[in-house]
Amino acid sequence: MSIIVQLMLLFLIVCAIAVCVTKDLLTSVVIYMAYSMIMSIVWITMQSPDLAITEAAVGAGITSLLLFLALKKIHAIDARNEVRRKHAEKQRGGEHHGEEE
Amino acid sequence: MAKKNKKSRWIDRMNGWLSDEEGALEREMEAAQEQAAAPDIEKLSPAEIRWAKEEQEEEARIEAAMHDWTEKKALPFARAMYNLLCVGICVTMIALLLYTVTVLPAFGDPSHPINNEVSARYIENGLQETGAVNIVTGMILDYRAFDTLGESSVLFTAAMVVLFLLRKDKDSARYSQLAQTMDQNPHSDTYYEPKNDIILQKTATILVPIVLLLGVYVVLNGHLSPGGGFSGGAIMGAGLILYVTAFGFAKMRRFFTYKTYQRVVLVALLTYALSKCYSFYTGANHIESVIPLGTPGAILSSGLILVLNICVGFIVACTMYCFYAVFRKGEL
Amino acid sequence: MQFLLVNYEQTAAVILFCIGFTTMLLHKNLLKKIIGMDIMDAGIFLFLACQGFIKGRVAPIVENGVQDVEAYINPVPAGLVLTGIVVSVSVTALMLALTVRLYYRYHTLNLDEMIALAGKEEV
Repeated sequence: MSIIVQLMLLFLIVCAIAVCVTKDLLTSVVIYMAYSMIMSIVWITMQSPDLAITEAAVGAGITSLLLFLALKKIHAIDARNEVRRKHAEKQRGGEHHGEEE
Repeated sequence: MAKKNKKSRWIDRMNGWLSDEEGALEREMEAAQEQAAAPDIEKLSPAEIRWAKEEQEEEARIEAAMHDWTEKKALPFARAMYNLLCVGICVTMIALLLYTVTVLPAFGDPSHPINNEVSARYIENGLQETGAVNIVTGMILDYRAFDTLGESSVLFTAAMVVLFLLRKDKDSARYSQLAQTMDQNPHSDTYYEPKNDIILQKTATILVPIVLLLGVYVVLNGHLSPGGGFSGGAIMGAGLILYVTAFGFAKMRRFFTYKTYQRVVLVALLTYALSKCYSFYTGANHIESVIPLGTPGAILSSGLILVLNICVGFIVACTMYCFYAVFRKGEL
Repeated sequence: MQFLLVNYEQTAAVILFCIGFTTMLLHKNLLKKIIGMDIMDAGIFLFLACQGFIKGRVAPIVENGVQDVEAYINPVPAGLVLTGIVVSVSVTALMLALTVRLYYRYHTLNLDEMIALAGKEEV
């Protein structure tokens, strides 16, 4: 039983370090969501079911949702697709110019 | 005669201070001085004009040199010092806290100083005095209800500030034709139209009633099993958010508009405050409260805790939905 | 040193707090700072709830009329953490709203660039 708790705590620490180190914002929000969920299970091993329900509903639900919405507002969710689209447009524009000339 | 004079002087002085007469006078004097000091360009000789130009060029050079020094020397140095200090503070804090953990009592020790007569009183007399089977709910809504009032006001303040910052004002002059057309543009971030995703809609048809039912259950059984107002409210809010994401704001507005939000939150907060006032009044004056505690284990028990749970549940559900709607669309 | 490994829950909570704190200080992106603050909050709540746990006892919900002090864990830290979780989500929502408005104004989330732009505006 305690080995499970130790593994979960180790997972939490690894998640926290991963959030600090990642450069992509979307990845760090998803990792934060996983962190919140595992934290909710750790509360249950501490014999506090109230805290587990609240943390699951609020941390893995509402806070992560608000972070995703904020990412959408700063145009960072489609960041990779936008870069690809602009690159493709530039290439197509370059080819067109090449053909004209 | 003297009294009348004094009174008029006092009122006159206050009126003068309110209409900022002194400030206006000072500003006039400063403007007149500046005008007198500014040289008349036509009256200057060419030598003076040259000297004035050289002075200006010298000033520009000094400013450029300072800007260079800022960009190239001062800023990188400041950044390096900041990073070094940060790392130093973090390492110091980690060392201090880990040392503190070594002097703490062992984990799970019954003789921890935190297990004193306060928790003993809550556990032994909790059921008789509050009527709640869940000791934690009885504690936060009966023994320590003042903390919960503070927490509800923090939630309310956060909701108000988010509304201030992100809400679109339809009546203002800035919400012009341009902004309205931007709403129809698919690339703008306030564009919202339900994409009518089949998978999402079918899943939401099944899940939303279950989630809302779970939320209502958790709120109503807050004093009998784990849960309470906050968790149940957050679950209800999540159900509402799922509905809005799947079916669109137009369908949501059939039963939940801004007016509904205002009225529900107002009534819930007032009921909470009045219930707590009643409890404070009867407790402070050592009067027995007339609200029956009921049999422990039934839903209709524990006096006012059920009412408080329902109020808190409504407030939290509406607040979570308000956060989502204001972030997503800018209006409720 | 061994005590740190025996008391692993509290050590883990302290380490999480420090990781969150470091993230908040060292990154220049505003969203990373906000996520760091959330990690810090969760670490503190874990530490608080650890103080209330007693080995061999169950959650504080009265069962079968047993109202012995020896049968349940300490309910007081759980109440404190419940309040703290709600305050944490409120503060996160407020900070995210401020971040969105800052982005509309300066079109960047980097703190250094924002300060430079703001400084030029005042002059």
